[in-house]
Amino acid sequence: MPTTDYLVSIGLEVHVQLKTQSKMFCSCPVRFGEAPNTLVCPICLGLPGALPKLNAGAIEMTVLAGQLLGCSTPEVVKWDRKNYFYADMPKNYQLSQYDLPLCLGGEVPLYELAYPKDAQKSIVHPGKVVRLTRIHLEEDVAKSTHHATYTLVDFNRSGTALMEIVSEPELESAEETVAYLNSLRQILVYSGVSDADMEKGQLRCDVNVSVRPKGQEKLGTKIELKNLNSISAVRRALNYEIDRQIGEVEAGRPIQQATWRWNDEVGQTEPMRSKEDAHDYRYFPEPDLLPVRTAPFVERARAIRPELPHEKVARFEASYQISHYDASVLAADRALADWFEQAVQGSTAPKKVANWVINNLLAELNARSIGIADCPVSPTTLAALVELVESGKVSNNQGKEIFALLFERPQDSPEVIAKELGFEPADSSEIEAIIDEVIASNAGPVAEVMGGNEKAANFLVGQVMKRSKGKANPKQVTEMILLRLRPS
Amino acid sequence: MNISELTISQLRSAYTAGDITPVEALRALAGEIDARDPGIGAYLSYDLDRALVDAQSADLSQPLGGIPILLKDLISAKGHPLSCASKFLENTYTAPYDATVVRKLREAGAIPFGRANMDEFAMGSTNENSAIKLCRNPHDLERVPGGSSGGSAAAVAANLAIASLGSDTGGSIRQPASHCGVVGLKPSYGRVSRYGLAAFASSLDQCGPITKTVADTARLLEVIAGGCDYDSTCISTPVPRYSEEIGKDITGLRIGLPTEYFAEGLDPAIRERIESAMKTMESLGATIIPVSLPHTEYVVAIYYIIATAEASSNLARIDGVRYGRRAEASDLTELYEKSRGEGFGSEVKRRILFGTHVLSSGYYDAYYLRAQKARTLIRQDFESAFSRVDLIAAPVSPTPPVKIGEAEADPLRMYLADIYTISANLTGICALSVPCGTVSVEGKPLPVGLQLLGKPFGEVELLRAAHAYEQARG
Repeated sequence: MPTTDYLVSIGLEVHVQLKTQSKMFCSCPVRFGEAPNTLVCPICLGLPGALPKLNAGAIEMTVLAGQLLGCSTPEVVKWDRKNYFYADMPKNYQLSQYDLPLCLGGEVPLYELAYPKDAQKSIVHPGKVVRLTRIHLEEDVAKSTHHATYTLVDFNRSGTALMEIVSEPELESAEETVAYLNSLRQILVYSGVSDADMEKGQLRCDVNVSVRPKGQEKLGTKIELKNLNSISAVRRALNYEIDRQIGEVEAGRPIQQATWRWNDEVGQTEPMRSKEDAHDYRYFPEPDLLPVRTAPFVERARAIRPELPHEKVARFEASYQISHYDASVLAADRALADWFEQAVQGSTAPKKVANWVINNLLAELNARSIGIADCPVSPTTLAALVELVESGKVSNNQGKEIFALLFERPQDSPEVIAKELGFEPADSSEIEAIIDEVIASNAGPVAEVMGGNEKAANFLVGQVMKRSKGKANPKQVTEMILLRLRPS
Repeated sequence: MNISELTISQLRSAYTAGDITPVEALRALAGEIDARDPGIGAYLSYDLDRALVDAQSADLSQPLGGIPILLKDLISAKGHPLSCASKFLENTYTAPYDATVVRKLREAGAIPFGRANMDEFAMGSTNENSAIKLCRNPHDLERVPGGSSGGSAAAVAANLAIASLGSDTGGSIRQPASHCGVVGLKPSYGRVSRYGLAAFASSLDQCGPITKTVADTARLLEVIAGGCDYDSTCISTPVPRYSEEIGKDITGLRIGLPTEYFAEGLDPAIRERIESAMKTMESLGATIIPVSLPHTEYVVAIYYIIATAEASSNLARIDGVRYGRRAEASDLTELYEKSRGEGFGSEVKRRILFGTHVLSSGYYDAYYLRAQKARTLIRQDFESAFSRVDLIAAPVSPTPPVKIGEAEADPLRMYLADIYTISANLTGICALSVPCGTVSVEGKPLPVGLQLLGKPFGEVELLRAAHAYEQARG
């Protein structure tokens, strides 16, 4: 059967580091890049006698993430011990949540712009929403660095708060999976719950993937993929693995449930361990922590819940009369959206401001490889520039020149720069003189305009612009010409 | 004056009267330990120099100013070794922080002095599971002191310590206190912080005093009790002034005697001691009322499932990776297997295996979950009894202390001997052992303890009754 005769089911377990000030069960600060084993205490080192001390901030953040994703939170949640031995786990059990997690259900909308660029034109299920199974909170393990004959363990990360987001197996392609990860990331970054940078390990994911022939109800046997360290690795690994699984099934070799590992250098998946090697985690309720009543956390999260990307898109479309696409671009990054909204405040031309941000500002930031947070030009400055252009005091092209200069001299106002560049609107008597000349020497078009064909004025305007060396404002010139030639 | 014979109250008076200074007291105590402890084995170690530094700056106006307190070797005290009487941690681990109880002791002016022998990781009831050294009963050196806080009880009984802190998971304070003829209290669960106590079974462990008198226990409890930011199971209800409350009389007190406890298996001589103690209680104005604890036959099974399950997980951190004895190994799995195989004694291994089994997939529901449900039945038994009485009286141990070596052959018999003490841990109530005379075994008088059990956070009534009894007994 050709590849298109198979259905693909992909489910994700995404681990997200929360942006809490301190660790999940102790007061050690959460910071990255510090000297190894300097952000540690008896609790996160698992010393004899140490007990966990719950960080309420982590619960609040997880409940907030849950609310943004439409999850419900049980009235009471508890903690469980997941028992297994590994050198990066100081207690040899991990505090996690087994059967009463902080969030149940929920969903992630797949944003159009979250798909890979090359796939945005051919989205199979536009507006698709992927359901979540649950979100639970757990503690992160330490970081191991393996060397030839030894392994070093840095416990600075040990005990930091980690949220695990489990999706239903509803994704149907590598591209949808990328869209899922990007959309989820966007929501988490938006809400300030996490920086969710995959490259920095702040967002890690394991992917379950299976294939089955079209028409088959029951899901195929799943393979869990590990060692996916970037979104592009997720896409490549999935495309490889889907092809591999279809190849196996085609060849009459049924898939055996197992964990495979993505080898990024070679560009293929490799077997890691079979189902039989799976741990028996011996979960049981953590006796050192009391169950938690969630009501106060739910209430608090409700109070601080920010607007979500797709909610912002809808509002931008309605409030600023901009296209869905433009609104999506602006809302994709919360900082950019905030910047835009500041610029638009008090502006008479929000749509123009949007155009300036999308067409000029983003290009300029890209060229400089900086983010909106580091943009030297302030939103009010851009707003002033747009006003300058819209009022006809400078032309669009002049505006662009000013804009480029503003990046070098962000403290100057657009008006000051316009003046320096000699972009003052030309003396109207000077323009009048040029118009006189142009009218005198272009009898044909003049006659057409006088005959009612206003479009013919464009040629005359062009002539005036040429003679004024771009100093004149085309809008004004048009008005002046029409005023004189329009049949009354 | 032999200072090691003094109670906390007496030593405080001696300090106040200027008869002796804390430095002199510590030197004298160390002298006694050097001279007599080799024959008993109550101490694993002590650090006189460190204690003398504390003693020099002791603030005698504090409630326990200058009083040396012996700590069971599972209680973390900054800079002190902590071995849990295990080869695994012996000489390889020094606590870098104070347990909350130790912090509170220090704040009250006390001086942590000495590490008490115990059963390895608190697993045992004879102290014979100490992997470091044998501890003997001061009343009969051929016999065990009880356990697991055997060193603490033996040291106090032998006048080698003024007072001690032990821990009680299933009777580990009360049973050695009974066997050694001293007072031992297991506070209500949540009354005293567990932070800094190497955990055996988290939902059962409590730290408590072992002292020469009920008044000393009250005084120590007053200091160590109270809420703790580092133990979320510790409750911050105000701490009563136990030492002032104990003097009130007990007229009208209703004491329940569980019929199930006075059945088969209880040594008749011990039964006679308890009955005689009840007569004394009656003479003090108490009423004795028979009560029933119908699920008593299940407590040992419930206890050993829950305690070992929690222990199997709690002891997982003792792995030789970050601290403790690490075996030579060629990979991580071998490192765990060899370190843990060589580091743990056989009773500890037995319980880890048992606990791992009851938590395993496919067995969890049948064992652990069922035991937790049954635990509720035990709690209901006690709630029902406490609706009719203020306190419950019981034996501590069904037999006097056994001879050294006798218990080893039959661990199951030893487990069954915990029957009177483990319910207090399963239900979280408070309970203590107070000496109620002796029984003669092979011509030697051996101490017997009367166990009193009180409602959760009912330490005031419990200590008051024990104090009244102690005074009346003379």
